[in-house]
Amino acid sequence: MKPVGVDIRNIALSFGATQVLKDITVSVEPGEFFALLGPSGSGKSTLLRLIAGFNQHQHGEVLIDGRDVTGTPPWKRNVGMVFQNYALWPHMTVQQNVAFGLEERKFPRDEIREKVAAALELVGLSALGKRRPGQLSGGQQQRVAIARTLAIEPQVLLLDEPLSNLDAKLRVQTRQELVKLQRRLGITTIFVTHDQEEALTTCHRIAVMDEGVIQQVGTPMDLFDFPVNRFVAQFVGSVNLFAGAFRREGGALRFSSPKLGEVTLPAGIVEPPSGDFDLAFRPHAVHFVEGDAAPPGLALDGAVEGAEFLGEFLRYEIRVGAAVVTADIPHARGRAPIAPGTAVALSVPAAELRFVSA
Amino acid sequence: MRTSPSIAAVALAIVAFLTAFLVIPVVTVVYTAFSDGQGGFTLAHFAAFAGISLMRESFANSLFVAATTVGLATLIAVPLAYLTVRFQFRGAILIQTLGVLPLVMPAFVGAAAMQLLFGRSGSVNLLLKDAFGVTIPLMEGLNGVIFVETLHYFPFILLNLSASLANIDSSMEEAAQNLGASGWRLFRKVVFPLAMPGYIAGASLVFIKVFDDLGTPLVLNVTNMLAPQAYLRVTSIGMEDPIGYVICVILVAFSVGAMGGSWWFVKRRDYALVSRGGVQAPKRRLTPWQSVLAYGWIAGMLFLVLSPHIGILLMSLSKVWSFTVLPEQFTLAHYATVFTDAKQMIWNTFLYCGLAALIDVAIGTAIAYIVLRTALPGRQLLDHLVTVALAMPGLVLGIGYLRTFKGVDLPFGGGALTASWVIFVLAYSVRRLPYALRSCMAALTQVHPALEEAAQNVGAGRWSTIRRVVVPLMMGGILAGFVTSFITAAAEISETILLTSRESLAPMSYGIYLYFQSVLGRGPGAALGVIAVSLVALGTYLSHRLVAASSPHQSSGGHA
Repeated sequence: MKPVGVDIRNIALSFGATQVLKDITVSVEPGEFFALLGPSGSGKSTLLRLIAGFNQHQHGEVLIDGRDVTGTPPWKRNVGMVFQNYALWPHMTVQQNVAFGLEERKFPRDEIREKVAAALELVGLSALGKRRPGQLSGGQQQRVAIARTLAIEPQVLLLDEPLSNLDAKLRVQTRQELVKLQRRLGITTIFVTHDQEEALTTCHRIAVMDEGVIQQVGTPMDLFDFPVNRFVAQFVGSVNLFAGAFRREGGALRFSSPKLGEVTLPAGIVEPPSGDFDLAFRPHAVHFVEGDAAPPGLALDGAVEGAEFLGEFLRYEIRVGAAVVTADIPHARGRAPIAPGTAVALSVPAAELRFVSA
Repeated sequence: MRTSPSIAAVALAIVAFLTAFLVIPVVTVVYTAFSDGQGGFTLAHFAAFAGISLMRESFANSLFVAATTVGLATLIAVPLAYLTVRFQFRGAILIQTLGVLPLVMPAFVGAAAMQLLFGRSGSVNLLLKDAFGVTIPLMEGLNGVIFVETLHYFPFILLNLSASLANIDSSMEEAAQNLGASGWRLFRKVVFPLAMPGYIAGASLVFIKVFDDLGTPLVLNVTNMLAPQAYLRVTSIGMEDPIGYVICVILVAFSVGAMGGSWWFVKRRDYALVSRGGVQAPKRRLTPWQSVLAYGWIAGMLFLVLSPHIGILLMSLSKVWSFTVLPEQFTLAHYATVFTDAKQMIWNTFLYCGLAALIDVAIGTAIAYIVLRTALPGRQLLDHLVTVALAMPGLVLGIGYLRTFKGVDLPFGGGALTASWVIFVLAYSVRRLPYALRSCMAALTQVHPALEEAAQNVGAGRWSTIRRVVVPLMMGGILAGFVTSFITAAAEISETILLTSRESLAPMSYGIYLYFQSVLGRGPGAALGVIAVSLVALGTYLSHRLVAASSPHQSSGGHA
């Protein structure tokens, strides 16, 4: 089947007086694995359910393959949804669950049998067709849910937090299988999650949502490297953020922050347009300066307050003025942590410094 | 927790009580049905039963009436349950009323009124005859029993099914919609099967109640059914007639079969998944046409369900009422008659049912505590024994008492047990114990064990803890259990008819039955019925209030 695109245009949705989605516009490309990432209450599940037809928007339109589906009931949409709790019917066997959508579509009996077998084969559960959902493990139930959805060959696959009910180890494995399956079938897939690692590792592109608004759309690396605002910078990865004001003084760009104090920014940094901007850099971009030769970049002086050992690296908390800077320093075997109270000089390369809007 | 000898003693006393007044009478009945009189086993009585054409007919009739009632009750209850749980509309309070109204009036009381409203020369048929020259044989023979029982018992299906529907996670239905199902197919293939546990529980209960019912057929003068036949054999031919016992064994077998079947059905399928997540489906709006249908259906049902209540009220207030659509002259004389003649019966009801309910909550509290809070070996046996009581038809227990305790005298020269008021208290307390026990169990489940541990931590012993912490916290549930036991015992008729050896011992329910035997007695019978219904309605209201008032208070300790 030819992959199709999903276009969300100017969608607004309220439940009573609560505005849940505010003027959402986003395009999902045909065949794309697309994530809606955000904290709970951000509206990501509401948007997904809207595409499935379970929520009705008040403004805007939803286009699947260029056709407006507003007003089309869920049972006529041909978008497959995998529910967070799988929603397997306990009164049916695995086969009956998978056959359900095909029966509703009035396929001939033989064809249903073939398609059910194929769908179960696809998720590696051919042997368990006669079982009931209650006799399966969580991971197996999830595969059945996926098989049930894929059996109807939907135009779009919607996944609502599909990994959240699995334990940590199984989650990583299932995640990888999900990616392989999506790449193999090439089906347009929209994936809702609150877990940034899940979104970063699986998806072509991610829409970060907060308070019913799409904050940024981009590839995983885009979002991590070039977050547009404070929310995205904080939600995707860890970050050091400092509010303050910029001014040009001679040739140099100066940044004065109530917490960090007065610092000179390195040459080569792009000056932001006027407005409310924060200075941002990732903890892993911070280096300790050893010896006298200060490398080019933002230079900060501080004292170690504490350290957490995380295996691959040490996460230092360093007091600089009234601020605390987080620095992730790679660990080498046998190297002792720097004791609290020790004065250290820090450096952040110019390329790692970003201005994000507040 | 260590099991103290005193706990074990209490448990043994309860087992002894249930053995004496539940197990032995039932076993006696079953034994008699299979005994050849010389201690040997025989199926001859069953063969004799099968050889009597009236018995074969009665058996078929009882099965037909019970099955048809379940079918009709389903037709009434399923749309009502689906409406309340899945649609937004203002009739929800009406449906709740529909669900409680029939239960406050014993079926046999309503039966007399239904005769006057829907019988051959009842109001409805008189109107139909005048207008169209036709009549509907609604109350003729078995039809009457089915009609009365359906209107009385459909709430069991309505209440159970509504609870079951409300428990279905919304994603279960959404998944089906997502895969292409809607409307009737969605209901038939996903919603109804998922609500099956509630439906089966309700339907099996209706089946048992109707199959075992003695009062309604007797009041309607239908004797070619099993329960009336057992009663007639035992009372007219005598306690030695084995056919009555054979019928009892059949009644027990079907009751146990229906309850066991419903338990097995629910257990066999894993419904635990259904309510995971616990998001209830959003309520849909009714289209104008659906609204017309919904309100029409509810209005029709409300009219039918209210008709016995209205009928009994009219009967109690009318001087003469026959061959007219409505009574033509009204009077309060029947109430005056009842208050002079039946004072003893009203007092008897309060005495028997009050004592029985007291015994029930005492045993119920003890069993709840032993089952939920101690490690006494075999403690589940107590719970199971009480469940057996739920499946025992009143008729069977009544016959069992008469046979088992024949010739047993009360201590201190109290005369024969079977001819004394004590037998009513015992019979009612055993039959109604399951209701009180459920209530006590629910109440104790809500009391967090930490509250007891805190009392023991500051030095209270086990008994002191029970008396000062456990029982006060359970009080709402205990009172609700008391009220439920009381009102259901007050409405009991099967055992009552059998155990009433002389009129001075009779409770109200027997009085109503007795009055209804004669045309002249209808007025006073109805008046007594109105008093009984008011009592039951008041009790039902009280128990709802008690449960509502006590639950927030109890949950304050519930941090797991």
